[in-house]
Amino acid sequence: MSILTSSGRVAGAASVGRTKRLRPSYWPFVVPALIVVVGVIVFPWVFTLWMSAMEWRIGEEQRFVGLQNYVRLATDVRFLEAMAHTLVYTALSVVAPLVLGTAAALAFNTKLPARGLLRGIFVMPMMATPVAIALVWTMMFHPQLGVLNYLLSQIGIGPLQWVYHPSTVILSLVLVETWQWTPLVMLIVLGGLASLPTEPYESAQIDGATAWQRFRYLTLPMIKPFLMVAVIIRSIDALKSFDILYTITQGGPGTASETINLYLYSVAFTYYDVGYGSAIAVVFFVLIILLSLVLLHLRQRSAWNSGDGK
Amino acid sequence: MSNGMSLSRRRLLASGAAAGALGLSGIGLPAFAQSSGVGSSGINWRKYAGTKIEVNLIKSPRGETLTKYQKEFEELTGITVVSEQTPEQQQRQKAVIELTSGRPSFDVVHISYHVQKRQFEKGKWLADLTPFIKDPALTDAGFLDDFSEAGVTFARSPEGGIGALPFSVDYWIVYWNKDLFAKKNLSFPKTFDEMVAAAAALTDPSSQTYGFVARGMKNANTPVWTSLLLGYDQYSVDANRNLLTDTPEAIEAAKLYQTLMTKSAPPGVTGFNWAECQSAFLQGRVGMWFDGVGFAPPLEDPEKSRVVGKVGYGLMPKGPKAHAAATTGDGIGVTAASKNKEAAYLYCQWATGKLMGARLLQAGAGVPFRNSVLSDAEVRKGVKMPAAWVDAVVESAKISRLALPVIIPVTEFRDVLGGALTNMISGSDPAAELKRATADFKPILERSEKT
Repeated sequence: MSILTSSGRVAGAASVGRTKRLRPSYWPFVVPALIVVVGVIVFPWVFTLWMSAMEWRIGEEQRFVGLQNYVRLATDVRFLEAMAHTLVYTALSVVAPLVLGTAAALAFNTKLPARGLLRGIFVMPMMATPVAIALVWTMMFHPQLGVLNYLLSQIGIGPLQWVYHPSTVILSLVLVETWQWTPLVMLIVLGGLASLPTEPYESAQIDGATAWQRFRYLTLPMIKPFLMVAVIIRSIDALKSFDILYTITQGGPGTASETINLYLYSVAFTYYDVGYGSAIAVVFFVLIILLSLVLLHLRQRSAWNSGDGK
Repeated sequence: MSNGMSLSRRRLLASGAAAGALGLSGIGLPAFAQSSGVGSSGINWRKYAGTKIEVNLIKSPRGETLTKYQKEFEELTGITVVSEQTPEQQQRQKAVIELTSGRPSFDVVHISYHVQKRQFEKGKWLADLTPFIKDPALTDAGFLDDFSEAGVTFARSPEGGIGALPFSVDYWIVYWNKDLFAKKNLSFPKTFDEMVAAAAALTDPSSQTYGFVARGMKNANTPVWTSLLLGYDQYSVDANRNLLTDTPEAIEAAKLYQTLMTKSAPPGVTGFNWAECQSAFLQGRVGMWFDGVGFAPPLEDPEKSRVVGKVGYGLMPKGPKAHAAATTGDGIGVTAASKNKEAAYLYCQWATGKLMGARLLQAGAGVPFRNSVLSDAEVRKGVKMPAAWVDAVVESAKISRLALPVIIPVTEFRDVLGGALTNMISGSDPAAELKRATADFKPILERSEKT
């Protein structure tokens, strides 16, 4: 990263702290971006914070209530359940594609016949529209008419209730998420595998290392930065997931698959309680910030360039 | 257009011959000009020619019917109409947000009475149509007399004014598979007890046949339970907006719901909305399906249904204390902020007129609140649905009661009570669930009525 200092010299990232004030003549170049950032990021967030301190229902008078909405959140069982669902759904939606995507990348990194064709077919789910996918899966999940139970019945299993039962709904939704996003992880890891040097593997082979040992002690540490990128992308995607969940279950049965996003939508846009909805949004935002900080910390520890563990 | 429609139209045209004498026929006045109200028309439809109005409709067969015939209204009145159809949920959100702003972009709004009535009344978002209804230049005398009691109840505000005009009604009926009933030598149930017995007798999981299906999905399922509750002669909220959702009658209705949904319904019914119920019924594997009357057309469509010609349309069986058909409905009104209220009112009157009602009924797109349309033999001839369906509609109108409470937080009511009902299908105790849900919803209801 380079920046232009007031003296006109190019300074490295390390000198950012020593940067002098911009010349007034440079300000016009900054102002448009500043207006956009303030208008679409800063203002909405400040406004959301303000709304979260109000009792504000659309069509009714507003009044300042301070932290009352946050106190209400702490005792709102539905919100606490939604938070738990969000965390479980996110964790499973990250881990499952990560494991399967890495396995697929390892498979596609070998000299398979028709590898290019198979790889092309494998990434197709990723290209489809989530709502369209969700509608198809809804039909497939149907306990009586769905193809999944038909296939299971051919091998003497089932019928399962999939998204139609509280105990299986989140796992079934993770199945859809995994089906769609495993190819993305595969592509990221495959890119990492392609960049690995061959010498360590030749040495390991001479030393008699097994395939598992080569994966565990060579491949895995070397692709760790790529895995971290996949984890960050998947975590953000899974946390903000709405379309698939809303289309397939709308948070049901009951509230068994209601995540914070779905609850927030209900509160703000179907109950028109924008004050309380804003408080949920603020808490969700803090949750995302915390998670991002953890992931960024892990990402930095994964030593992208040096591989030395620093 | 069906033959019946043509017959009806001819008849209406004949009855409207006086329009020529009024000097209106020169603009190509269609028959509905005379049939919008009751009796001969003294309405000056051209009074607001040159005005432009904007109309916000719910995307549905009813909204589509209005849009389809919009040109007729424009030719009749000289009023230019710009209409927009939006899917139901989004239309509600858009309408509420714009009305809250005080400057909605539309003059006419299509509302769901059973969800929005109280909210619109409290927000004072609709113009009181009473002065227009009393104005002989805008309305025929006795205009409201033709609407069913449920329609007028929906339309009338607590202060006595008229908000949205009654447009389309939805009665809850029982769709039943005559073949499955015949195989078990059963007849259509007349009481709740007979319904439970018939549902149990029809259920055979080994052949994936089930006696009963209704909505189990949270929110969507609440009207099923409130409909059963009407059979115990009780609403879910009383006239003073006190909750009646954990009374002995409410618990009995919930137990009945639980029995039907756990012993006689297909597996996974907790996730069923009307679409899943319809799919199961269309396959011919369900004995009875309890839902709104508007879902009939696909059942009689050979391309979609395996039960064409085998469907019976039954009146809701009688409960232990009352015989009631749960009712929901749509209205169409003029926004209080509109600058073209009279022109917008003419549109509403046209939309709720007899001819439009006949069109809705004959196409299976909806059921008008107008009694004269339902009882008109000529109109009935053109109805595409079986006669039993029309009979179910007519008979339901006689025992009609509002399905949902007239409160602001209807959606929260449906969510909270619906969650309890879903839990019951998973085995929870009805009394405990209703007690908890009532306690959860009570502060929401109280907060909503604070000014």
